[in-house]
Amino acid sequence: MAQQEAGGHEAYYVPSESKLPVWLAFGLGVMLYGLGAWMNSAQTGGHGKELLFVVGFVVVAIALYRWFAAVIEENHRGMNSAQVKRSYVWGMGWFIFSEVMFFAAFFGALFYIRFLALPWLGGEGEKGITGQYLWPDFTVDWNAGTNPHPQWATPDATLAAPPLTQWLAYLPFYNTVVLLTSSVTIHVAHTALKEGNRSKLNLWLGITVALGILFLILQMAEYVHAYRDLGLTLNTGIYGSTFFLLTGFHGFHVTLGTFMLIVMLARCLKGHFTKEDHFGFEATAWYWHFVDVVWLGLFLFVYVF
Amino acid sequence: MSAVIDAHHDDHHHGPAKGITRWLYTTNHKDIGSMYLWFSFIMFLAGGVMALVIRAELFQPGQSFVEPHFFNQMTTMHGLVMVFGAIMPAFVGLANWMLPMMVGAPDMALPRMNNLSFWILPFASLMLISTLFMEGGGPDFGWTMYAPLSTTYAPDSVTFMIFAIHLLGASSIMGAINIIATILNMRAPGMTLMKMPMFVWTWLITAYLLIAVMPVLAGAVTMMLFDIHFGTSCFDAAGGGDPVLFQHIFWFFGHPEVYIMILPAFGIVSHVIPAFSRKRLFGYDSMVYATSSIAFLSFIVWAHHMFTVGMPLAGQLFFMYATMLIAVPTGVKVFNWISTMWQGSMTFETPMLFALAFVFLFTVGGFSGVMLAIAPADYQYHDTYFVVAHFHYVLVSGALFSIFCAVYYWLPKWTGFMYSEALGKLHFWLSFIGVNLAFFPMHFSGLAGMPRRIPDYALQFANFNAWSTVGAFVFGLSQLLFLYLVIKCIRGGQKATAGVWDGAEGLEWTVPSPAPYHTFSTPPVVK
Ligand code: HEM
Ligand SMILES: [Cu+2]
Repeated sequence: MAQQEAGGHEAYYVPSESKLPVWLAFGLGVMLYGLGAWMNSAQTGGHGKELLFVVGFVVVAIALYRWFAAVIEENHRGMNSAQVKRSYVWGMGWFIFSEVMFFAAFFGALFYIRFLALPWLGGEGEKGITGQYLWPDFTVDWNAGTNPHPQWATPDATLAAPPLTQWLAYLPFYNTVVLLTSSVTIHVAHTALKEGNRSKLNLWLGITVALGILFLILQMAEYVHAYRDLGLTLNTGIYGSTFFLLTGFHGFHVTLGTFMLIVMLARCLKGHFTKEDHFGFEATAWYWHFVDVVWLGLFLFVYVF
Repeated sequence: MSAVIDAHHDDHHHGPAKGITRWLYTTNHKDIGSMYLWFSFIMFLAGGVMALVIRAELFQPGQSFVEPHFFNQMTTMHGLVMVFGAIMPAFVGLANWMLPMMVGAPDMALPRMNNLSFWILPFASLMLISTLFMEGGGPDFGWTMYAPLSTTYAPDSVTFMIFAIHLLGASSIMGAINIIATILNMRAPGMTLMKMPMFVWTWLITAYLLIAVMPVLAGAVTMMLFDIHFGTSCFDAAGGGDPVLFQHIFWFFGHPEVYIMILPAFGIVSHVIPAFSRKRLFGYDSMVYATSSIAFLSFIVWAHHMFTVGMPLAGQLFFMYATMLIAVPTGVKVFNWISTMWQGSMTFETPMLFALAFVFLFTVGGFSGVMLAIAPADYQYHDTYFVVAHFHYVLVSGALFSIFCAVYYWLPKWTGFMYSEALGKLHFWLSFIGVNLAFFPMHFSGLAGMPRRIPDYALQFANFNAWSTVGAFVFGLSQLLFLYLVIKCIRGGQKATAGVWDGAEGLEWTVPSPAPYHTFSTPPVVK
């Protein structure tokens, strides 16, 4: 029952005052300042600089929790007109676009290194003169993760994909299957929600959460394998750098997405959302599809090609 | 929270809250706009002091005032503070104040996030500026943060600079999302896209640019962070990375960024020139298309900042021609502004003076830009004072002048009082003379080969530099006059009418001056 104004136009709900934004900004500032202090002290072997980061994180977490709670509460009270809801839709959509651009930077770096910079360092291509003068002994072997300067450790092997016939024994393949499946299951859950079939909704959303967690577990196994068995680390030159940066930031986003899914599951179990009005759920689903698509890019360009 | 929710029934009727919490907790676009503008002015003064340190050192050859290492920190922080602290927040402040009124909306689309976007800024800026007082000094590698100066050889404080940039970027992205949602979702009935005021159009496009490139900057500084703290080798050739990669990523952000700082300026000038020429804007549609094409082109010209790094020839040619192409839509805009004035009945109040100076001086900067775009010639110009002259013409007498222009134009609407025209004109002339005195000689010293970012220079450049320093101080000090004028106008003066300027058009002039705390809780109908 959004307020009606004269002329039949629905009033746009403008919250009057809120303590949350300034607290959230404060928390973010403290958290990142703390993180910086922590990193700098860790660099020199120092300890005990984590506190500020933790305090900031707690402030951020509380502020975000109360913020979302407030928005949900407002929606339950019917204060959000269709127009207000459209603003949230635009907001989430463009937020996801900004995330896409964040990953674009890392994919761009990967392509530039693989197809331009590294061949040049190896003495090939239009700027191959770089390699001829500076690193005459270096030949590029991306899949072996070799580096121009011997000071950089080289991994025993990389995680590049084997021939198709061996994919059944290839862990990233299962990661792909798990994540793709989860995109389908969340879609089924969404359909169930629109049909008003709550038990089906809870079941399929639960399965999606489980798949998200499974992905994270597999990803951890993958990292352990890379670190322990193959000696592939952040310190093994550019192959390790791009591998861990891309999969790491993706994994971080999957963690966030799984957390969002869990919250949605809790809300579904509490009986939130209606057939027509469930943008929180939809936003989470979009986010989930987004991490899925990023993974496809990763699988293709980090592992397969 | 419940208090907030219960209060909503009388939302549209109460005025501002009392005391400091009005500013801390506000969700009102006008309050937030004012905070943005004041914040950016403070940062403008802070960045200005740094500029004056630089100019004082360069007044004479030899080392006179500061250590070279501190000089480097000043050039770096001056750039970062002006770009992220002064110019960008000032435009967001103007957007906050004006966009809802221009499209007939009660407020910004996401008012609480709006306040968050603002309040991140003081914390981030504090973090950024605090680096100057840290052990080892602040960032000293230039605002462009080229690796490996900013990674392998950087002071420890670089970590805090990186996080400050993350925060500033997050603030910009949220601000941009808010602006897009406001413009696309909250226009008054009847205001079709092609009826939107130019400031709205240019900000819509700017917001897209922001969302597209701020995350890329975040990616670039994140890679720096990992190279510094976690042993990756993104920008280290020994490990197979490439320092030039940093430049590519940075400028993929950086060139659209310079348009982020100029497109809203185009919008402002497209309001002021028609108002004081008492004519409609010439070629509205072509303005919209020109702005869009500039925005599009800005994504494919970034490597004109890197002609000398050793790119393949095909790359140099591509980026050279693409860059020159930008001059076409830019020329369309300049043509339209001039045609708007053609046969108009012009008057020359302070906003118009700044707008006219904008058109002239921005064009000067555009010309030097085209010179720089010629790859073989840029081999000579690159990293000299010629580049410094170029971007200060487009940023100071361009972006900043348009901000002054906007403040004078809308100040009566904000405060309800007319500012002192005499003081305004004085401010204009001092700024105009100061800017040209400071930056015009840099064209010459640059062409003669004086490198930028170096605290000392050969004797042959002494005269040019002495003039530049005098101009910089004239310009800098005259900004105190501006501060005085604005405070005076807030405190009282001749009452402003709703229309303020007799040629001004748009919804913002239909509400009383000062604009009531809440405007358009019921949207007006646009015909
Ligand atoms: C016709 C339009 C323009 C052209 C063709 C152009 C071209 C260029 C070129 C080729 C450079 C690189 C010079 C070098 O480093 O050797 C440059 C630098 C720069 N331009 Fe422009 N430009 C134009 C407009 C603008 C505008 C509108 C702005 C900002 C409002 C701007 C801001 C800058 C800045 C900040 C730099 C220097 C960055 C740095 O190295 O620190 N330019 N421009
Ligand atoms: Cu550029």
